[in-house]
Amino acid sequence: MTPAPVVEVTDLVVAYGAATALDRVTLSVAEGEMVALLGPNGAGKSTLANALAGLLRPASGTVTVRGRLALIPEGRQLFPDLSVADNLALGGWRSGVRDPSAVYDVLPRLAELADRRAGVLSGGEQQMVAFGRALMSRPDVLVVDELSLGLAPNVTAGLARHLAELNRARGLAVLLIEQNARLAFELCRRAYVLESGRLVTEGESAALAGDPRVAGAYLGGAIT
Amino acid sequence: MSAFLTYLLNGLAVGCAIALIASGLVVIHRVTGVVNFAQGTFAVVAGLCASSLLGLGLPHGASELAAVLAAAVAGLLTGLAAVGRPGTTPLSSLIVTLGVGVLAYAVEIVLWGDQPRSAPGLAGSVTVAGARIQTQHLLVIAVTAVAFAALALFFGRTYLGKALTACASNPYAARVVGIDVRRMGLLAFALGGLLGGLAGVLVTPMRPISFDSDVTLIVNGFAAAVFGALTRPVITLAGALLLGVAETMAAGYGYGSHQLEIALGLMLVVMIVQAGRRPAISQEPT
Repeated sequence: MTPAPVVEVTDLVVAYGAATALDRVTLSVAEGEMVALLGPNGAGKSTLANALAGLLRPASGTVTVRGRLALIPEGRQLFPDLSVADNLALGGWRSGVRDPSAVYDVLPRLAELADRRAGVLSGGEQQMVAFGRALMSRPDVLVVDELSLGLAPNVTAGLARHLAELNRARGLAVLLIEQNARLAFELCRRAYVLESGRLVTEGESAALAGDPRVAGAYLGGAIT
Repeated sequence: MSAFLTYLLNGLAVGCAIALIASGLVVIHRVTGVVNFAQGTFAVVAGLCASSLLGLGLPHGASELAAVLAAAVAGLLTGLAAVGRPGTTPLSSLIVTLGVGVLAYAVEIVLWGDQPRSAPGLAGSVTVAGARIQTQHLLVIAVTAVAFAALALFFGRTYLGKALTACASNPYAARVVGIDVRRMGLLAFALGGLLGGLAGVLVTPMRPISFDSDVTLIVNGFAAAVFGALTRPVITLAGALLLGVAETMAAGYGYGSHQLEIALGLMLVVMIVQAGRRPAISQEPT
Protein backbone atom coordinates (compact mmCIF):
# COMPACT_ATOMS: atom_id res chain seq x y z
CA MET A 1 0.00 0.00 0.00
CA THR A 2 1.43 3.36 -1.01
CA PRO A 3 0.88 6.45 1.18
CA ALA A 4 -1.11 9.39 -0.21
CA PRO A 5 0.83 11.52 -2.70
CA VAL A 6 2.05 14.93 -1.49
CA VAL A 7 2.77 15.99 -5.05
CA GLU A 8 0.58 14.93 -7.92
CA VAL A 9 1.22 16.18 -11.44
CA THR A 10 -1.24 15.19 -14.14
CA ASP A 11 -0.82 15.80 -17.88
CA LEU A 12 1.14 18.97 -17.20
CA VAL A 13 1.86 21.15 -20.22
CA VAL A 14 4.01 24.28 -19.87
CA ALA A 15 4.82 26.43 -22.88
CA TYR A 16 7.08 29.43 -23.40
CA GLY A 17 5.35 31.15 -26.29
CA ALA A 18 5.28 28.64 -29.14
CA ALA A 19 7.87 26.34 -27.54
CA THR A 20 6.52 23.50 -25.40
CA ALA A 21 8.81 23.01 -22.41
CA LEU A 22 6.79 20.25 -20.73
CA ASP A 23 4.53 17.93 -22.67
CA ARG A 24 1.86 15.98 -20.76
CA VAL A 25 4.04 15.13 -17.78
CA THR A 26 2.47 12.94 -15.10
CA LEU A 27 4.28 12.08 -11.90
CA SER A 28 3.74 11.80 -8.17
CA VAL A 29 5.70 11.87 -4.94
CA ALA A 30 4.26 9.98 -1.99
CA GLU A 31 4.38 11.15 1.61
CA GLY A 32 7.85 10.68 3.00
CA GLU A 33 9.19 9.40 -0.31
CA MET A 34 12.40 10.38 -2.06
CA VAL A 35 12.00 10.46 -5.82
CA ALA A 36 14.54 11.40 -8.46
CA LEU A 37 13.98 13.18 -11.73
CA LEU A 38 16.77 12.69 -14.24
CA GLY A 39 17.34 14.35 -17.53
CA PRO A 40 19.89 16.17 -19.66
CA ASN A 41 20.24 19.95 -19.93
CA GLY A 42 17.20 21.54 -21.52
CA ALA A 43 14.93 18.58 -20.80
CA GLY A 44 12.54 20.82 -18.84
CA LYS A 45 13.62 19.82 -15.34
CA SER A 46 13.84 23.38 -13.98
CA THR A 47 10.59 24.28 -15.72
CA LEU A 48 8.96 21.44 -13.83
CA ALA A 49 10.53 22.66 -10.57
CA ASN A 50 9.17 26.17 -11.16
CA ALA A 51 5.74 24.85 -12.06
CA LEU A 52 5.67 22.77 -8.86
CA ALA A 53 6.61 25.87 -6.84
CA GLY A 54 3.75 27.77 -8.46
CA LEU A 55 6.07 30.20 -10.25
CA LEU A 56 4.88 29.19 -13.72
CA ARG A 57 1.35 28.87 -14.93
CA PRO A 58 0.61 25.59 -16.71
CA ALA A 59 -0.90 25.77 -20.19
CA SER A 60 -2.93 22.70 -19.24
CA GLY A 61 -2.93 19.85 -16.77
CA THR A 62 -2.83 20.08 -13.00
CA VAL A 63 -0.29 20.37 -10.22
CA THR A 64 -1.59 19.37 -6.79
CA VAL A 65 0.54 19.84 -3.70
CA ARG A 66 -0.78 18.64 -0.34
CA GLY A 67 1.03 20.47 2.42
CA ARG A 68 3.83 22.95 1.94
CA LEU A 69 6.36 22.70 -0.86
CA ALA A 70 9.75 24.37 -0.75
CA LEU A 71 12.11 24.74 -3.68
CA ILE A 72 15.89 24.82 -3.66
CA PRO A 73 16.29 26.44 -7.06
CA GLU A 74 19.02 25.72 -9.57
CA GLY A 75 22.09 27.87 -8.93
CA ARG A 76 21.19 28.47 -5.21
CA GLN A 77 19.53 31.85 -5.93
CA LEU A 78 20.35 33.47 -2.61
CA PHE A 79 20.02 37.14 -1.69
CA PRO A 80 23.73 37.99 -2.11
CA ASP A 81 23.57 41.37 -0.34
CA LEU A 82 21.92 40.00 2.78
CA SER A 83 23.49 38.03 5.62
CA VAL A 84 23.05 34.29 5.96
CA ALA A 85 20.75 34.88 8.95
CA ASP A 86 18.59 37.26 6.89
CA ASN A 87 18.49 34.81 3.98
CA LEU A 88 17.23 32.15 6.36
CA ALA A 89 14.72 34.48 8.01
CA LEU A 90 13.24 35.37 4.62
CA GLY A 91 12.92 31.65 3.93
CA GLY A 92 10.29 31.72 6.66
CA TRP A 93 8.16 34.26 4.77
CA ARG A 94 5.39 31.71 4.15
CA SER A 95 5.56 29.81 7.43
CA GLY A 96 5.95 32.85 9.67
CA VAL A 97 9.05 31.28 11.24
CA ARG A 98 11.63 34.01 11.82
CA ASP A 99 14.03 32.28 14.17
CA PRO A 100 16.53 30.07 12.32
CA SER A 101 17.69 28.10 15.40
CA ALA A 102 15.82 24.96 14.33
CA VAL A 103 17.72 25.07 11.02
CA TYR A 104 21.00 25.64 12.89
CA ASP A 105 20.29 22.39 14.76
CA VAL A 106 20.17 20.53 11.44
CA LEU A 107 22.95 22.49 9.72
CA PRO A 108 25.24 23.77 12.52
CA ARG A 109 27.72 25.23 10.02
CA LEU A 110 25.12 27.89 9.16
CA ALA A 111 25.18 29.24 12.71
CA GLU A 112 28.91 29.97 12.27
CA LEU A 113 28.20 31.76 8.97
CA ALA A 114 25.14 33.65 10.27
CA ASP A 115 26.60 37.16 9.98
CA ARG A 116 28.45 36.66 6.68
CA ARG A 117 27.05 38.08 3.47
CA ALA A 118 25.60 35.24 1.40
CA GLY A 119 27.24 36.52 -1.78
CA VAL A 120 30.80 35.93 -0.54
CA LEU A 121 30.35 32.29 0.49
CA SER A 122 31.72 29.26 -1.37
CA GLY A 123 29.42 27.23 -3.62
CA GLY A 124 28.98 24.50 -1.04
CA GLU A 125 28.19 26.98 1.72
CA GLN A 126 25.72 28.78 -0.54
CA GLN A 127 23.98 25.51 -1.33
CA MET A 128 23.74 24.87 2.39
CA VAL A 129 22.15 28.32 2.90
CA ALA A 130 19.69 27.56 0.09
CA PHE A 131 18.95 24.25 1.82
CA GLY A 132 18.46 25.95 5.18
CA ARG A 133 16.33 28.70 3.65
CA ALA A 134 14.01 26.07 2.16
CA LEU A 135 13.75 24.30 5.53
CA MET A 136 12.67 27.58 7.17
CA SER A 137 9.30 27.28 5.46
CA ARG A 138 8.70 24.00 7.36
CA PRO A 139 8.09 22.07 4.15
CA ASP A 140 6.33 18.74 3.77
CA VAL A 141 8.02 18.25 0.44
CA LEU A 142 11.31 19.63 -0.81
CA VAL A 143 12.12 20.05 -4.50
CA VAL A 144 15.88 20.16 -4.99
CA ASP A 145 16.97 21.40 -8.40
CA GLU A 146 20.53 20.22 -9.06
CA LEU A 147 21.94 19.57 -5.60
CA SER A 148 25.34 18.55 -6.95
CA LEU A 149 25.82 21.17 -9.69
CA GLY A 150 29.22 22.81 -9.45
CA LEU A 151 30.04 21.25 -6.08
CA ALA A 152 32.93 19.02 -5.07
CA PRO A 153 31.88 15.36 -4.55
CA ASN A 154 32.54 15.42 -0.81
CA VAL A 155 30.43 18.59 -0.41
CA THR A 156 27.60 16.98 -2.38
CA ALA A 157 27.86 13.84 -0.28
CA GLY A 158 27.57 15.90 2.91
CA LEU A 159 24.43 17.65 1.71
CA ALA A 160 22.98 14.36 0.49
CA ARG A 161 23.49 12.89 3.97
CA HIS A 162 21.54 15.80 5.49
CA LEU A 163 18.78 15.26 2.96
CA ALA A 164 18.54 11.53 3.66
CA GLU A 165 18.57 12.19 7.40
CA LEU A 166 15.71 14.70 7.16
CA ASN A 167 13.77 12.25 5.07
CA ARG A 168 14.33 9.43 7.55
CA ALA A 169 13.83 11.38 10.78
CA ARG A 170 11.06 13.77 9.81
CA GLY A 171 9.39 12.10 6.86
CA LEU A 172 10.30 14.98 4.55
CA ALA A 173 9.32 14.03 0.99
CA VAL A 174 11.93 14.95 -1.62
CA LEU A 175 11.90 15.37 -5.37
CA LEU A 176 15.56 15.36 -6.34
CA ILE A 177 16.16 16.82 -9.78
CA GLU A 178 19.59 15.73 -10.89
CA GLN A 179 21.95 15.19 -13.77
CA ASN A 180 24.10 13.06 -11.51
CA ALA A 181 22.27 9.73 -11.83
CA ARG A 182 24.64 7.90 -9.52
CA LEU A 183 23.75 10.24 -6.66
CA ALA A 184 20.05 10.16 -7.54
CA PHE A 185 19.85 6.35 -7.63
CA GLU A 186 21.77 6.12 -4.38
CA LEU A 187 19.36 8.42 -2.53
CA CYS A 188 16.04 7.62 -4.14
CA ARG A 189 14.17 4.37 -4.47
CA ARG A 190 12.23 5.53 -7.50
CA ALA A 191 13.08 7.76 -10.47
CA TYR A 192 11.64 9.42 -13.55
CA VAL A 193 13.59 10.27 -16.69
CA LEU A 194 12.66 13.44 -18.56
CA GLU A 195 13.88 14.16 -22.09
CA SER A 196 12.81 17.05 -24.33
CA GLY A 197 9.87 17.84 -22.08
CA ARG A 198 8.49 14.31 -21.97
CA LEU A 199 8.81 11.52 -19.43
CA VAL A 200 10.53 8.72 -21.30
CA THR A 201 10.75 6.17 -18.54
CA GLU A 202 10.16 5.64 -14.86
CA GLY A 203 10.63 2.94 -12.29
CA GLU A 204 12.62 1.61 -9.36
CA SER A 205 16.13 3.04 -9.23
CA ALA A 206 17.68 -0.41 -9.21
CA ALA A 207 15.80 -1.41 -12.35
CA LEU A 208 16.61 1.87 -14.10
CA ALA A 209 20.28 1.57 -13.24
CA GLY A 210 20.23 -1.79 -14.94
CA ASP A 211 18.42 -0.44 -18.03
CA PRO A 212 21.11 -0.25 -20.71
CA ARG A 213 19.64 2.90 -22.28
CA VAL A 214 19.47 4.78 -18.98
CA ALA A 215 22.84 3.47 -17.86
CA GLY A 216 24.37 4.52 -21.17
CA ALA A 217 22.93 8.02 -21.07
CA TYR A 218 23.20 8.84 -17.38
CA LEU A 219 25.73 6.58 -15.77
CA GLY A 220 28.29 6.21 -18.56
CA GLY A 221 29.01 9.87 -19.07
CA ALA A 222 27.78 11.34 -15.86
CA ILE A 223 30.19 10.03 -13.28
CA THR A 224 31.24 12.86 -11.03
CA MET B 1 32.63 84.94 6.77
CA SER B 2 29.13 85.08 8.21
CA ALA B 3 27.80 85.32 4.65
CA PHE B 4 29.69 82.14 3.83
CA LEU B 5 28.24 80.40 6.89
CA THR B 6 24.74 81.59 5.96
CA TYR B 7 25.12 80.20 2.44
CA LEU B 8 26.51 76.96 3.85
CA LEU B 9 23.61 76.45 6.26
CA ASN B 10 21.00 77.43 3.69
CA GLY B 11 22.77 75.17 1.21
CA LEU B 12 22.52 72.26 3.62
CA ALA B 13 18.77 72.87 3.92
CA VAL B 14 18.40 72.95 0.14
CA GLY B 15 20.55 69.82 -0.03
CA CYS B 16 18.31 68.07 2.49
CA ALA B 17 15.24 68.73 0.35
CA ILE B 18 17.14 67.31 -2.65
CA ALA B 19 18.13 64.32 -0.51
CA LEU B 20 14.49 63.56 0.28
CA ILE B 21 13.62 63.56 -3.43
CA ALA B 22 16.67 61.44 -4.16
CA SER B 23 15.90 58.97 -1.36
CA GLY B 24 12.54 58.29 -2.99
CA LEU B 25 14.33 57.56 -6.27
CA VAL B 26 16.74 55.25 -4.46
CA VAL B 27 14.01 53.36 -2.58
CA ILE B 28 12.04 52.73 -5.76
CA HIS B 29 15.12 51.79 -7.78
CA ARG B 30 16.46 49.50 -5.08
CA VAL B 31 13.29 47.48 -4.92
CA THR B 32 12.01 47.54 -8.50
CA GLY B 33 15.03 48.46 -10.63
CA VAL B 34 12.96 51.31 -12.08
CA VAL B 35 14.25 54.88 -12.38
CA ASN B 36 11.14 56.85 -11.46
CA PHE B 37 10.97 60.07 -13.46
CA ALA B 38 7.69 61.00 -11.76
CA GLN B 39 9.52 61.47 -8.45
CA GLY B 40 9.45 65.29 -8.71
CA THR B 41 5.73 65.11 -9.38
CA PHE B 42 5.09 63.65 -5.92
CA ALA B 43 6.74 66.71 -4.36
CA VAL B 44 4.71 69.06 -6.55
CA VAL B 45 1.45 67.28 -5.68
CA ALA B 46 2.23 67.48 -1.96
CA GLY B 47 3.30 71.14 -2.16
CA LEU B 48 0.19 72.19 -4.06
CA CYS B 49 -2.08 70.14 -1.77
CA ALA B 50 -0.51 71.70 1.32
CA SER B 51 -0.96 75.23 -0.04
CA SER B 52 -4.62 74.54 -0.84
CA LEU B 53 -5.39 72.90 2.49
CA LEU B 54 -3.70 75.69 4.44
CA GLY B 55 -5.64 78.15 2.25
CA LEU B 56 -8.86 76.40 3.29
CA GLY B 57 -7.98 77.09 6.89
CA LEU B 58 -6.76 73.66 7.96
CA PRO B 59 -4.12 73.89 10.66
CA HIS B 60 -0.41 73.30 10.12
CA GLY B 61 0.54 69.72 10.71
CA ALA B 62 -2.76 68.28 9.53
CA SER B 63 -2.43 70.02 6.16
CA GLU B 64 1.13 68.84 5.63
CA LEU B 65 0.31 65.31 6.78
CA ALA B 66 -2.66 65.09 4.41
CA ALA B 67 -0.48 66.45 1.57
CA VAL B 68 2.24 63.87 2.21
CA LEU B 69 -0.37 61.09 2.25
CA ALA B 70 -1.77 62.42 -1.03
CA ALA B 71 1.75 62.14 -2.48
CA ALA B 72 1.99 58.56 -1.19
CA VAL B 73 -1.26 57.76 -3.00
CA ALA B 74 0.16 59.42 -6.13
CA GLY B 75 3.19 57.17 -5.68
CA LEU B 76 1.00 54.09 -5.40
CA LEU B 77 -0.95 55.04 -8.53
CA THR B 78 2.30 55.65 -10.43
CA GLY B 79 3.50 52.26 -9.22
CA LEU B 80 0.32 50.58 -10.44
CA ALA B 81 0.87 52.12 -13.88
CA ALA B 82 4.60 51.37 -13.97
CA VAL B 83 5.02 47.95 -12.33
CA GLY B 84 1.43 46.80 -11.85
CA ARG B 85 1.49 44.52 -14.85
CA PRO B 86 3.74 41.49 -14.25
CA GLY B 87 6.60 41.16 -16.69
CA THR B 88 7.06 44.88 -17.40
CA THR B 89 10.78 45.53 -17.85
CA PRO B 90 12.38 48.33 -15.78
CA LEU B 91 13.05 50.25 -18.99
CA SER B 92 9.39 50.14 -20.04
CA SER B 93 8.41 51.16 -16.52
CA LEU B 94 10.78 54.14 -16.75
CA ILE B 95 8.95 55.34 -19.86
CA VAL B 96 5.62 54.85 -18.06
CA THR B 97 6.82 57.05 -15.18
CA LEU B 98 7.80 59.76 -17.70
CA GLY B 99 4.28 59.53 -19.10
CA VAL B 100 2.76 59.75 -15.63
CA GLY B 101 4.81 62.90 -15.03
CA VAL B 102 3.46 64.54 -18.19
CA LEU B 103 -0.10 63.44 -17.43
CA ALA B 104 0.27 64.90 -13.95
CA TYR B 105 0.95 68.34 -15.53
CA ALA B 106 -2.52 68.29 -17.05
CA VAL B 107 -4.18 67.21 -13.82
CA GLU B 108 -2.29 69.78 -11.76
CA ILE B 109 -3.15 72.63 -14.15
CA VAL B 110 -6.84 71.68 -14.04
CA LEU B 111 -6.84 71.55 -10.24
CA TRP B 112 -4.47 74.37 -9.32
CA GLY B 113 -3.89 76.47 -12.45
CA ASP B 114 -0.47 77.27 -13.85
CA GLN B 115 0.63 79.98 -11.42
CA PRO B 116 3.21 79.23 -8.70
CA ARG B 117 1.75 78.75 -5.24
CA SER B 118 3.37 79.11 -1.90
CA ALA B 119 2.53 78.05 1.61
CA PRO B 120 3.51 79.57 4.91
CA GLY B 121 6.13 77.58 6.78
CA LEU B 122 7.78 78.17 10.11
CA ALA B 123 8.29 81.90 10.55
CA GLY B 124 11.35 83.57 12.01
CA SER B 125 15.02 82.86 11.96
CA VAL B 126 17.81 81.79 14.26
CA THR B 127 21.34 83.14 14.43
CA VAL B 128 24.05 80.49 14.54
CA ALA B 129 27.61 81.77 15.03
CA GLY B 130 26.74 85.05 13.38
CA ALA B 131 24.94 83.42 10.47
CA ARG B 132 21.21 83.88 10.10
CA ILE B 133 19.24 80.77 9.17
CA GLN B 134 15.50 80.59 8.70
CA THR B 135 13.63 78.34 11.10
CA GLN B 136 12.01 76.58 8.12
CA HIS B 137 15.50 75.60 6.91
CA LEU B 138 16.28 74.09 10.30
CA LEU B 139 13.01 72.16 10.10
CA VAL B 140 14.00 70.77 6.69
CA ILE B 141 17.35 69.62 8.06
CA ALA B 142 15.74 68.03 11.13
CA VAL B 143 13.02 66.21 9.16
CA THR B 144 15.59 64.92 6.65
CA ALA B 145 17.79 63.60 9.44
CA VAL B 146 14.84 61.78 10.99
CA ALA B 147 13.66 60.45 7.60
CA PHE B 148 17.10 59.03 6.71
CA ALA B 149 17.51 57.47 10.16
CA ALA B 150 14.05 55.90 9.83
CA LEU B 151 14.87 54.58 6.36
CA ALA B 152 18.14 53.06 7.57
CA LEU B 153 16.33 51.35 10.45
CA PHE B 154 13.51 50.18 8.21
CA PHE B 155 15.76 48.61 5.55
CA GLY B 156 18.48 47.42 7.91
CA ARG B 157 16.49 46.08 10.83
CA THR B 158 12.91 45.23 9.96
CA TYR B 159 11.70 42.03 8.32
CA LEU B 160 9.60 43.94 5.79
CA GLY B 161 12.56 46.17 4.95
CA LYS B 162 14.73 43.12 4.33
CA ALA B 163 12.03 41.56 2.17
CA LEU B 164 12.04 44.77 0.09
CA THR B 165 15.82 44.56 -0.24
CA ALA B 166 15.49 40.90 -1.18
CA CYS B 167 13.20 41.81 -4.09
CA ALA B 168 15.92 44.08 -5.45
CA SER B 169 18.72 41.65 -4.69
CA ASN B 170 17.16 38.66 -6.45
CA PRO B 171 13.53 38.95 -7.63
CA TYR B 172 13.35 35.31 -8.68
CA ALA B 173 14.56 34.10 -5.29
CA ALA B 174 12.09 36.45 -3.61
CA ARG B 175 9.29 34.69 -5.50
CA VAL B 176 10.76 31.30 -4.58
CA VAL B 177 10.40 32.06 -0.86
CA GLY B 178 6.89 33.36 -1.45
CA ILE B 179 7.34 37.14 -1.45
CA ASP B 180 4.87 38.93 -3.71
CA VAL B 181 7.39 40.99 -5.70
CA ARG B 182 4.70 43.05 -7.42
CA ARG B 183 3.14 44.08 -4.12
CA MET B 184 6.57 44.98 -2.75
CA GLY B 185 7.18 47.14 -5.83
CA LEU B 186 3.93 48.99 -5.18
CA LEU B 187 4.92 49.46 -1.56
CA ALA B 188 8.24 50.93 -2.71
CA PHE B 189 6.42 53.35 -5.01
CA ALA B 190 4.12 54.43 -2.16
CA LEU B 191 7.14 54.94 0.08
CA GLY B 192 8.83 56.91 -2.71
CA GLY B 193 5.70 59.04 -3.00
CA LEU B 194 5.76 59.65 0.73
CA LEU B 195 9.41 60.78 0.65
CA GLY B 196 8.79 62.97 -2.38
CA GLY B 197 5.75 64.44 -0.62
CA LEU B 198 7.82 65.19 2.46
CA ALA B 199 10.25 67.12 0.26
CA GLY B 200 7.34 68.96 -1.38
CA VAL B 201 5.70 70.26 1.80
CA LEU B 202 9.09 71.32 3.17
CA VAL B 203 10.21 73.11 0.01
CA THR B 204 6.98 74.98 -0.78
CA PRO B 205 7.46 77.61 2.00
CA MET B 206 11.06 78.14 0.80
CA ARG B 207 10.30 78.62 -2.89
CA PRO B 208 6.88 78.81 -4.56
CA ILE B 209 5.97 75.66 -6.44
CA SER B 210 4.11 75.23 -9.71
CA PHE B 211 3.11 72.29 -11.89
CA ASP B 212 6.46 72.27 -13.70
CA SER B 213 8.69 72.60 -10.63
CA ASP B 214 9.22 68.86 -10.83
CA VAL B 215 11.91 69.34 -13.49
CA THR B 216 14.21 71.27 -11.16
CA LEU B 217 13.47 68.87 -8.32
CA ILE B 218 14.03 65.70 -10.34
CA VAL B 219 17.23 66.97 -11.98
CA ASN B 220 18.72 67.76 -8.58
CA GLY B 221 17.38 64.59 -7.00
CA PHE B 222 18.57 62.45 -9.87
CA ALA B 223 22.06 63.98 -9.69
CA ALA B 224 22.27 63.06 -6.01
CA ALA B 225 20.79 59.59 -6.53
CA VAL B 226 23.26 58.84 -9.34
CA PHE B 227 26.03 59.93 -6.98
CA GLY B 228 24.85 57.10 -4.72
CA ALA B 229 24.65 54.74 -7.72
CA LEU B 230 20.84 54.76 -7.24
CA THR B 231 21.17 52.22 -4.44
CA ARG B 232 23.10 53.75 -1.53
CA PRO B 233 21.12 56.17 0.66
CA VAL B 234 24.03 57.53 2.70
CA ILE B 235 26.16 58.47 -0.31
CA THR B 236 23.02 59.90 -1.90
CA LEU B 237 22.58 62.13 1.15
CA ALA B 238 26.20 63.29 0.89
CA GLY B 239 25.75 64.01 -2.81
CA ALA B 240 22.57 65.96 -2.18
CA LEU B 241 24.17 68.10 0.54
CA LEU B 242 27.12 68.82 -1.74
CA LEU B 243 24.79 69.79 -4.53
CA GLY B 244 22.65 72.00 -2.29
CA VAL B 245 25.66 73.84 -0.90
CA ALA B 246 27.22 74.26 -4.36
CA GLU B 247 24.02 75.71 -5.78
CA THR B 248 23.40 78.03 -2.84
CA MET B 249 26.99 79.26 -2.94
CA ALA B 250 26.67 79.90 -6.67
CA ALA B 251 23.45 81.84 -6.11
CA GLY B 252 24.88 83.71 -3.14
CA TYR B 253 28.00 84.80 -4.98
CA GLY B 254 26.07 86.05 -7.97
CA TYR B 255 25.36 83.18 -10.35
CA GLY B 256 21.77 82.66 -9.26
CA SER B 257 20.37 82.21 -12.74
CA HIS B 258 22.69 79.24 -13.39
CA GLN B 259 21.62 76.98 -10.51
CA LEU B 260 20.09 74.32 -12.71
CA GLU B 261 23.07 74.33 -15.05
CA ILE B 262 25.35 73.75 -12.08
CA ALA B 263 23.24 70.77 -11.01
CA LEU B 264 23.31 69.39 -14.55
CA GLY B 265 27.04 69.97 -14.84
CA LEU B 266 27.72 68.21 -11.54
CA MET B 267 25.45 65.35 -12.58
CA LEU B 268 27.35 64.93 -15.85
CA VAL B 269 30.68 64.85 -14.06
CA VAL B 270 29.37 62.31 -11.54
CA MET B 271 27.89 60.11 -14.25
CA ILE B 272 31.14 60.15 -16.24
CA VAL B 273 33.13 59.24 -13.14
CA GLN B 274 30.64 56.51 -12.16
CA ALA B 275 30.58 55.09 -15.67
CA GLY B 276 34.36 54.86 -15.56
CA ARG B 277 34.30 53.02 -12.24
CA ARG B 278 31.53 50.54 -12.86
CA PRO B 279 28.28 50.29 -14.81
CA ALA B 280 26.25 51.88 -12.02
CA ILE B 281 22.95 52.34 -13.78
CA SER B 282 23.22 49.75 -16.49
CA GLN B 283 20.24 47.51 -17.03
CA GLU B 284 20.31 44.79 -14.42
CA PRO B 285 19.10 41.37 -15.45
CA THR B 286 15.80 40.59 -13.78
